[in-house]
Amino acid sequence: MAIAKSSQMIHDFSLSPRIDQVGVEERASRFTKRSIKNESKENGLKLVLNMIDLTTLEGKDTDGKVKQLCYKAMHPHDALADIPTVAAICVYPSMVKVAKKALGDSGIKVASVATAFPSGQAPKDIKIRDTKYAVNEGADEVDMVISRGKFHSGEYNFVFDEIAAIKEACGAARLKVILETGELGTYDKVRRASDIAMHAGADFIKTSTGKIQPAATMPVTLVMLEAIWDFYYKTGKMIGMKPAGGISKSKLALHYLVMVKEVLGEDWLNNEWFRFGASSLANDVLMQLVKLKTGQYQSANYFSVD
Amino acid sequence: MAVTKKKVTSKKSNTIKLKFDTSWEYAPAPESKSAATIKKQYDLFINGEWQKPSSKKYFDTINPATEEKLSEVADANAADVDKAVKAARNAYDKVWKKMPAKERAKYIFRIARIMQEKARELAIVETLDGGKPIKESRDFDVPTAANHLFYYAGWADKLEYAFPNRTTEPLGVAGQITPWNFPLLMAAWKIAPALATGNTVVLKPAETTPLTTLKLAEIIQEADLPPGVVNIITGAGDTGAAIVNHADVNKIAFTGSTNVGKIIQRAIAGTNKKATLELGGKAANIIFEDAPIDQAVEGVVNAIFFNQGHVCCAGSRLYVQESVAKEVIRKLRDRMQSLIVGDPMDKNTDIGAINSREQLNIIQKYIAIGKKEGAEMYESSCALPSKGFWCRPTIFSNVAQSNRIAQEEIFGPVLSILTFRTDDEVIEKANNSPYGLSAGVWTDKGSKIFNMTKRMRAGVVWANTFNKFDPTSPFGGYKESGFGREGGLHGLSAYVNIV
Repeated sequence: MAIAKSSQMIHDFSLSPRIDQVGVEERASRFTKRSIKNESKENGLKLVLNMIDLTTLEGKDTDGKVKQLCYKAMHPHDALADIPTVAAICVYPSMVKVAKKALGDSGIKVASVATAFPSGQAPKDIKIRDTKYAVNEGADEVDMVISRGKFHSGEYNFVFDEIAAIKEACGAARLKVILETGELGTYDKVRRASDIAMHAGADFIKTSTGKIQPAATMPVTLVMLEAIWDFYYKTGKMIGMKPAGGISKSKLALHYLVMVKEVLGEDWLNNEWFRFGASSLANDVLMQLVKLKTGQYQSANYFSVD
Repeated sequence: MAVTKKKVTSKKSNTIKLKFDTSWEYAPAPESKSAATIKKQYDLFINGEWQKPSSKKYFDTINPATEEKLSEVADANAADVDKAVKAARNAYDKVWKKMPAKERAKYIFRIARIMQEKARELAIVETLDGGKPIKESRDFDVPTAANHLFYYAGWADKLEYAFPNRTTEPLGVAGQITPWNFPLLMAAWKIAPALATGNTVVLKPAETTPLTTLKLAEIIQEADLPPGVVNIITGAGDTGAAIVNHADVNKIAFTGSTNVGKIIQRAIAGTNKKATLELGGKAANIIFEDAPIDQAVEGVVNAIFFNQGHVCCAGSRLYVQESVAKEVIRKLRDRMQSLIVGDPMDKNTDIGAINSREQLNIIQKYIAIGKKEGAEMYESSCALPSKGFWCRPTIFSNVAQSNRIAQEEIFGPVLSILTFRTDDEVIEKANNSPYGLSAGVWTDKGSKIFNMTKRMRAGVVWANTFNKFDPTSPFGGYKESGFGREGGLHGLSAYVNIV
């Protein structure tokens, strides 16, 4: 619906708002100065845990590893009471079925990367088949990558059409569009790619694959949150945000929460509209939660790796 | 509990409103008062020692956030001023003028270092006495004050490079009067160049915020500065007048209101006293349609709400190009909702207390005028504490150039927003003001920045940023915003005779 609406307006992506690097980095650093401790910290950490897309995207992934990860998703740390589950498991398409079965009716979503992740270097029809395969296997969410080469060479229509085609292939599954901001180079381009993705039908915009450095940063996420802010006022449609890669510590994750709270407010402060793509963040959050309860830091050995 | 799985569906555009009161809240983080020592009573710091005022009178200084008395300070009369000036003259003739420059530098360096060591205490006292958020006094006021001292300490033995092929000599005794918005920082701005160039000082801080300057006197004492080189006396307007009118003062440095500036200029007419006056402002902050809008909005917030708008260079007149005006105002409104107003001692606080009841009355008067003039008012919906002096961040849109809220300095968290079409129009409107202290330009186009800055009649013009200060950069105004420059090389020439 939003697609039809925006195509009527003929959105010109070369006119996406410009971003001032100094200004955006200055504001991003201000979000790190809020005080989060005691109850505020506990609530924040539980919120963070509940927003995590627990991820394994390795060539060496096995059914066994994915099953274990699914158990971890449902029971992050049974030694501690009142711990929420994570939001989703994020795997390759070939692992979707295993994950779906392991998670059962837990309510935890299965997200699958698709479209020749992580490089996106494949023809459109293969990307569509990749997507359909993941959806048919039972994926609730699809994490696609944009064609960065085409984007850099200014072929915005190509990028737009590709996203729209994948969105169509997704059917009822929610589509997360990975911009791979580490390859885009400037905040201006991050903003433009965000606009293209949202207008083409993305349900979520996501920073990174986790395979390229730098992955998610606070200023990049801020630029994307502000794009979501503008899109919301323009169309009335909420778009989710998922920073991924490089967020492995609780403190940093809480700074991201502050940013969401102050830029988009209450409606986005839940796992319906905000996710962390991370593999090691969950254990750091658990470690902090145990510390809040007992007053002592446990060693990493007390938390299951998968 | 914060963790809930909420189903939020897409909304129709006519009901769009973001909610910034979230179920997840920050933890209160009040800075501790006990980390600072405030004496019950402060005397006058004259000739290196604390002396009772000859008036025998003291007046209270209060915490504007709670209206509680913090301390009482001596009320200096003309006799005390005379004593202070005599001490300064004596120190100038017998010690300071003759001291090798690099020795002078050592004292200034020492003051700066002690200031850094006591940074936390100074920040606490500044916030208690003035109402500004601890975040600002900790991250801006105190470090910038120390930086000024370090910077000018470095110049003390290098004046021949500052003024190549010329010889300079100090002026003598400098009478300095500082305002209540940045008490410690303004004291450092004034004392540092005066001492570096070999002058001695009689300084009077504003009567509502004297405490950090008195703390500075303690630091000066600890640094073993020769007696009389810096004298700090407290009092209100009469004390300031006595300094200005004292026959043996060679230089007046004043930061404050344009009205008082005019009185000072009249008072010193016909004398050979030198003066620098840094007065009021009504800065134009100009957003073009090609600007980085989100950063511009953040810049506007910083320009007008920094230090509750008690900033002479505050960007209090916002000119927005028509095509983006609606968007900018919409974004400003959302942004204002996430500003935290309240206890200045809390590290989360963005906007603290108004400095005094008197100033709050002035701000409220102008808000009433703005409403009467027909401008559209919007204020953030934050709750205010029941005691103390408070004002919500406020913006007026649909303001006309002829409105009083667009012409007169309000000196509070109140922004007037006007729109424009062309470059020429906005330059004409921006310059159409008795003031000319600062201005801001927001655009993605470099050539436009240079075109604007060349034609703007303002002492400081910021491009794609606002309220940035550095000891190396001169600061001062055009027109009724005053004359003379403080900071940088220019700041040195205000304290020397070139022979």
